[in-house]
Amino acid sequence: MIKNRLVSLVAGAAALLAVAGPALAAGEVVQPPRNSWTFAGPFGHFDATQLQRGFKVFREVCSNCHSMNLIAFRNLSEKGGPEFTEAQVKALAAEYKVTDGPNDSGEMFQRPARPADRWPAPFKNKQEAQTANGGAYPPDFSVIAKARTYERGFPWFLFDIVLQFQEQGVDYITALMQGYKEPEHGVEVPAGKYYNTYFPGHIIAMPQPLNDGQVEYPKDANGRPQAPETIAQYAQDVSAFLMWAAEPHLEARKELGFKTLAFLLVFAGLLYFTKRKIWSKVEGHAHA
Amino acid sequence: MSGHSTYVPKSAIGKWFESRLPIVGLIHSSFVVFPNPRNLNYWWTFGGILAFMLVAQIVTGVVLAMHYTPNADLAFLSVEHIMRDVNYGWLIRYLHANGASMFFIAVYVHMFRGFYYGSYKAPREILWILGVIIFLLMMATAFMGYVLPWGQMSFWGATVITNLFSAFPVVGETIVSFLWGGYAVGNPTLNRFFSLHYLLPFMIAGVVILHIWALHIPGSNNPAGIEKKTEKDTLPFHPYFTVKDALALVVFVMFFSWFVFYIPNYLGHADNYIPADPAVTPAHIVPEWYFLPFYAILRAIPDKLMGVLAMFGSIAVLVFLPWLDTSKIKSATYRPLYRQFFWVFVACCIGLGWLGAKPPEGGYVIASRILTAYYFAHFLIILPLLGLFETPRRIPGSIAEAVLGKQGSASAMAAGAAASPNTKG
Amino acid sequence: MATTVAEPTRRDFLFIATGAVGAVGVASAIWPFISQMAPDAATVAAGAPVDFDLGPIAEGQIVKLFWRGKLIFVRHRTAEEIKTAENTPLSDLKDPEADSARVQKGHAQWLVVYGNCTHLGCVPLGNEGPYHGWACPCHGSIFDTSGRIRQGPAPTNLPIPPYAFLSDTKIQIG
Repeated sequence: MIKNRLVSLVAGAAALLAVAGPALAAGEVVQPPRNSWTFAGPFGHFDATQLQRGFKVFREVCSNCHSMNLIAFRNLSEKGGPEFTEAQVKALAAEYKVTDGPNDSGEMFQRPARPADRWPAPFKNKQEAQTANGGAYPPDFSVIAKARTYERGFPWFLFDIVLQFQEQGVDYITALMQGYKEPEHGVEVPAGKYYNTYFPGHIIAMPQPLNDGQVEYPKDANGRPQAPETIAQYAQDVSAFLMWAAEPHLEARKELGFKTLAFLLVFAGLLYFTKRKIWSKVEGHAHA
Repeated sequence: MSGHSTYVPKSAIGKWFESRLPIVGLIHSSFVVFPNPRNLNYWWTFGGILAFMLVAQIVTGVVLAMHYTPNADLAFLSVEHIMRDVNYGWLIRYLHANGASMFFIAVYVHMFRGFYYGSYKAPREILWILGVIIFLLMMATAFMGYVLPWGQMSFWGATVITNLFSAFPVVGETIVSFLWGGYAVGNPTLNRFFSLHYLLPFMIAGVVILHIWALHIPGSNNPAGIEKKTEKDTLPFHPYFTVKDALALVVFVMFFSWFVFYIPNYLGHADNYIPADPAVTPAHIVPEWYFLPFYAILRAIPDKLMGVLAMFGSIAVLVFLPWLDTSKIKSATYRPLYRQFFWVFVACCIGLGWLGAKPPEGGYVIASRILTAYYFAHFLIILPLLGLFETPRRIPGSIAEAVLGKQGSASAMAAGAAASPNTKG
Repeated sequence: MATTVAEPTRRDFLFIATGAVGAVGVASAIWPFISQMAPDAATVAAGAPVDFDLGPIAEGQIVKLFWRGKLIFVRHRTAEEIKTAENTPLSDLKDPEADSARVQKGHAQWLVVYGNCTHLGCVPLGNEGPYHGWACPCHGSIFDTSGRIRQGPAPTNLPIPPYAFLSDTKIQIG
């Protein structure tokens, strides 16, 4: 009986693949390499020192063109994030000016930012951002780590359910930072554009943003940087920071998930034995 | 919902109340002493699971509406406000978003269980048709809900789906501009979708009550597909089926939790984290997974109007299923040929779902056409003919005989059921 | 014999344990839905202290401002108003409180009070009523120049928000 079902399923699938086969080669996707992230998996958590380094890269490099409108200064000191101290955040916010008002005479005015203020954008509006960047709009970074992905393909997309793979976005961003190359033979790159292995279509408007030694990392006790000052390390750190920005409650979510599933497992076990007990009296269902 | 009540209140207040509004008696007769076929397997627990999912979606949805702003400029921001600043907002939103998918997983299992065991046949035709109406309302609700975050997939999904109506001659364009409340998808569209997304679940709840009412007239169908005759065929709903439903529900909630807590964005689209932009269409416009088979049927037909008609037809045909299936036997257990065709149909639906996610080009289109033709052939040709030519196996005299008469084959049946229709449709 | 006694006990324990665990589960599942009703993180953060410049407020003038979305009156009292408020015997008051306890030492000309009537939350009108303090248009509560309840249904004086003087002309509320 089961064998028959399998045969018909396999036959159906085979017929389908035979017809669909030619189309499979059409969409070419360069898969970014997998990284190992502290926040992956059921017990994932952010590495606060990595997020602090990533924030430094974002602040000194990315934030010159990219906004991050949904992040407030106060978020930087919250649990499960970069976890700067509140005093550090207050001092950091005070370095920036934000527009407030109108005051009693109807004027908008500038004042130092407070922790409750949002991260100030580099441009006043989308049009100004486009003009300053050769017509291309640098996207907002608040949820970018969740807004980017790549095709996983069969059968990986099924394994991802069990293996909890949710890091396509950060892997892609990390690869993109390191993907600048001389164009492949025969590829024309228009003026003001660049070639990137991992960007869909390969022609990207953003010049290579990171270079070795560009951002100075905090020193450890021996006076050496706490992490290598290389493109690869910068890319990983800033990607981790962007993941936190996109999903600030990731740690709390995974923690609560473990508690919930552990509880449900116990409850399901109790219900299973209760059900067996109740049905044990029924003739013909002793162990159904 | 099950005719006359045998409930007798114990207290004086209870008697006073019951003689004026016999609601406790109604619940008692419907969900406590109601005689269920004793042989219901775990595939029959999905009705209870669906009731739970409807309540869960309404509760999380009402809470989300307390924080959400249905305005084209603010909708995306208010969803992120829920995710970041509202206490447990991330949890409630992920429950609601993944809950929609869980609702559809459960409803597809429920429907394919009905296909396998012939639950749509007399005397349960109205029960089945009410189910099709619930399915349609669910699809409308889910579609409009997906528009509310106002991301790129929201916006372009709304554009594509509302444009389906422009296929109708003469009145099409007018219908579409009425749906939009403008000349493109915009703020008025978002506002009315929010209003209707809030309304439809309560209409679903209303039809669910009719569905349960219609169910309790003949009672549940069962794996043997023969009607209950004597008390030996049945067991009271409580405690036998309350505990069985509860166990299945908790296991289902574990599955649900896995998605909510560990892979909350797996079933969504990355593009929906980009705010709606009327000037740029995402590279791949793909609906949510539960619409993919119907989307594949839509794209399989090269003519705009015919494609739309085929898509609506693929659901409409379900209404006529009780009369298209000419077999007198309900359960596939006793229909050796139908059982084969059932599994081919399952493969066909999965295949359509897979094709719905692929770009409409080359071999994918040809495969979609073959499977679309097969989908309709299953209902319009195979089922009517099968009833005429198939020789069914011997049917037990009663449910009790099916359970007690042959212990050996009963366990084989359970094993078979464990491999049956747990699939996307 | 022993088994027939033990049997129902064990079964009862199983049923009670299952029911209890289920009840705990339902109760925990309800908590997030209650917790979400609380002020959200952005609202709480926006409640950080705000500075307010008293310079432009003329004598006799009442200025309205908001902190955490709540209305606050800042009243620049005249010498006469201060005198009347200070000389009112406590026995005349429904909610006895000395005027000196309602202003900050050395800044008796500045009265800072929440601007919603303690009866049911309406906004009283300034410089109105027999005591020239405030009069609530909704249900007729009358407040004096110290914001104390003198007549009508309101049970208590207008409460004082937390604030401090940064200088003679600048306060920080919160």
